[in-house]
Amino acid sequence: MSKTLFDKIWEKHVVKQIEGGPSVFYIDTHFIHEVTSPQAFAGLNKRGIKVFRPHQVVATADHNVPTLNQHLPIKEELSRLQVEALIKNCAEHGIELYGLGHPYQGIVHVIGPELGITQPGKTYVCGDSHTSTHGAFGSIAFGIGTSEVEMVLATQCLMQSKPKLMRIHVDGVLNKGVVSKDIILYIISKISASGATGYAVEFAGSAIRSLSMEARMTICNMSIEMGARCGLIAPDETTFNYIKGRPLAPKGELWETNLTYWKTLYSDADATFDSEIFIKAEDIEPMITYGTNPGMGIGVSQHIPSLNEVDAKEKTSFEKSLHYMGLQPGENIKGKKVDYVFIGSCTNSRIEDLRMVASFVKGKKKAQDVEVWIVPGSKQVEAQAKQEGIDKVLEEAGFMLRQPGCSACLGMNEDKIPAGKYCISTSNRNFEGRQGPNARTFLASPLSAAVAAITGKVSDVREFLN
Amino acid sequence: MNHNPNTNFKMSKSINIIKSSIVPLHAENVDTDQIIPARFLKATSRDGFGKNLFRDWRFENDDESTPKKDFVLNNPTYAGKILVAGKNFGCGSSREHAAWAIKDYGFDVVVSSFFADIFKNNALNNFLLPVIVSENFLQKIFTAVEADSKTELEINLEQQTIKLLSNSPSGVGGESFEINNYKKTCLLNGYDDIDYLLSIQSDIEQFEKTI
Ligand code: SF4
Repeated sequence: MSKTLFDKIWEKHVVKQIEGGPSVFYIDTHFIHEVTSPQAFAGLNKRGIKVFRPHQVVATADHNVPTLNQHLPIKEELSRLQVEALIKNCAEHGIELYGLGHPYQGIVHVIGPELGITQPGKTYVCGDSHTSTHGAFGSIAFGIGTSEVEMVLATQCLMQSKPKLMRIHVDGVLNKGVVSKDIILYIISKISASGATGYAVEFAGSAIRSLSMEARMTICNMSIEMGARCGLIAPDETTFNYIKGRPLAPKGELWETNLTYWKTLYSDADATFDSEIFIKAEDIEPMITYGTNPGMGIGVSQHIPSLNEVDAKEKTSFEKSLHYMGLQPGENIKGKKVDYVFIGSCTNSRIEDLRMVASFVKGKKKAQDVEVWIVPGSKQVEAQAKQEGIDKVLEEAGFMLRQPGCSACLGMNEDKIPAGKYCISTSNRNFEGRQGPNARTFLASPLSAAVAAITGKVSDVREFLN
Repeated sequence: MNHNPNTNFKMSKSINIIKSSIVPLHAENVDTDQIIPARFLKATSRDGFGKNLFRDWRFENDDESTPKKDFVLNNPTYAGKILVAGKNFGCGSSREHAAWAIKDYGFDVVVSSFFADIFKNNALNNFLLPVIVSENFLQKIFTAVEADSKTELEINLEQQTIKLLSNSPSGVGGESFEINNYKKTCLLNGYDDIDYLLSIQSDIEQFEKTI
């Protein structure tokens, strides 16, 4: 029988099917971090049990860590306590921790792939919704809550109902200045922030195939922003080449056996999906969001919808959203003043993102009244950037290169955007208050963020490319 | 059902019938950053999140002494154990703290026409019942509670029904709702998934040998 990529992986991980209920679903690797794990460990202690498979758990500190002076003790007391709790829990249960100061430390969804932990055909969970990132390698990866973190720590399993399946094809050639972030912002703007709820989404088509691994991760990363349970892309040569030689990737004979299996991981030609969507790459221009959910995005040359373009039922929330953003219905987004530029987060903080920014800003200077924070996704990205001299290019442009962590993506540490200020951000969420109380967020690609840093305004990067 | 957890860890609370007045929250796409902003996620226990529920909608300039008057939780007209909100409730982050905050504040049920996936699971794992109603019925609830703030909802989990009890003529009616059968059994009996999974540990070990 013909099968989808998702089916092939799913079936291999069902321990037991409960009649009329969910499946007992096996998890290969469980990523944990300091914010959503302490209560789960407390739960284990209360039950008097140990972590079931400590070697299948990987820990890092990322959500709450400072991005300056990481060698010093964390100043903020509660943040410090969370990080200390993680250290203690990992030590007690024999879990590998890539904590502050470790050369592998970084945002959980950046370090998994770069260390070679993320591989095709496997299952991954983490107490963080952007776990969907790892699906770019052709795996099933999704975010879970803390009770489920406890469940996986205790048994390496979850109770899961199989989601419906959607496939989104993106075919054709991308326009100049358009990168993978624009693809995913475009898709979400078309199907809305809840358009894929209840689905696992496979991304396919020639435009997806042509993307690098890091660009594919950006797409799967944001599948949660349209409500999807997870996103995935069939592995191919690009995937295999990326994994090969990474610190924790299989080696020698094991590599060969894995590779043979990985090559069977694709949706069969006649496999069926519950829903299919077709998108032309040529239709996509550099995207930017104007509202307070990631579905409120437009091409940078377009205007914010006017009131009569909005569905009657959506009007109230649309107006509330624009009010929060300090924007008017029907006005152009291009030319809007920007106060902060944040280039970082598990969506766009990898080495290719920094290279993209550096090659654009080389020899240019940031606008005077703009503050630019570049937060690499991991210690390894940071080291690589320094090795390539990217840090110098950014410094000369007046950008500040900080240390790895989630930072202003969720404003949990001190990296917050002040109330009322506008930030163009390469992260994934523009919710009210996400980057700090009353902060206003425009989501965009690293390239669009870089051009805004230079002009101080929302700008069309295509006008600056030759 | 093949579900036979040991009962040592029975959750403190099982649910079946809940009858209460309503707190109406007229907003769609209520995301978990609104339910509980990230800066309040620094605790290492599950308790006390209720006081920061909807923090930035509740207070002016993050100051607890200046509540925003127009926000429904600050309006003494409305109270109860049932929160009713617009579609796509709980979207965004996987933080279970959102479910903890709602429960800790005193709600036992959230009614909406659409829930985000992870939130729904988190709610169920915390004995906070997410009830999915039709868009029509949702509007009906809003209208009824507007006409009469004492309007009540009665939810019967066993029967999977939700009923409006109101003095206003527009406020009668009800419908049935869907819930995963397995989850329903857990909620009715106070079982939790971990008990069950621990009870089949040998099956899991057996499975591991095959991969
Ligand atoms: S960078 Fe943002 S979205 Fe990614 S893991 Fe950190 S907080 Fe979550």
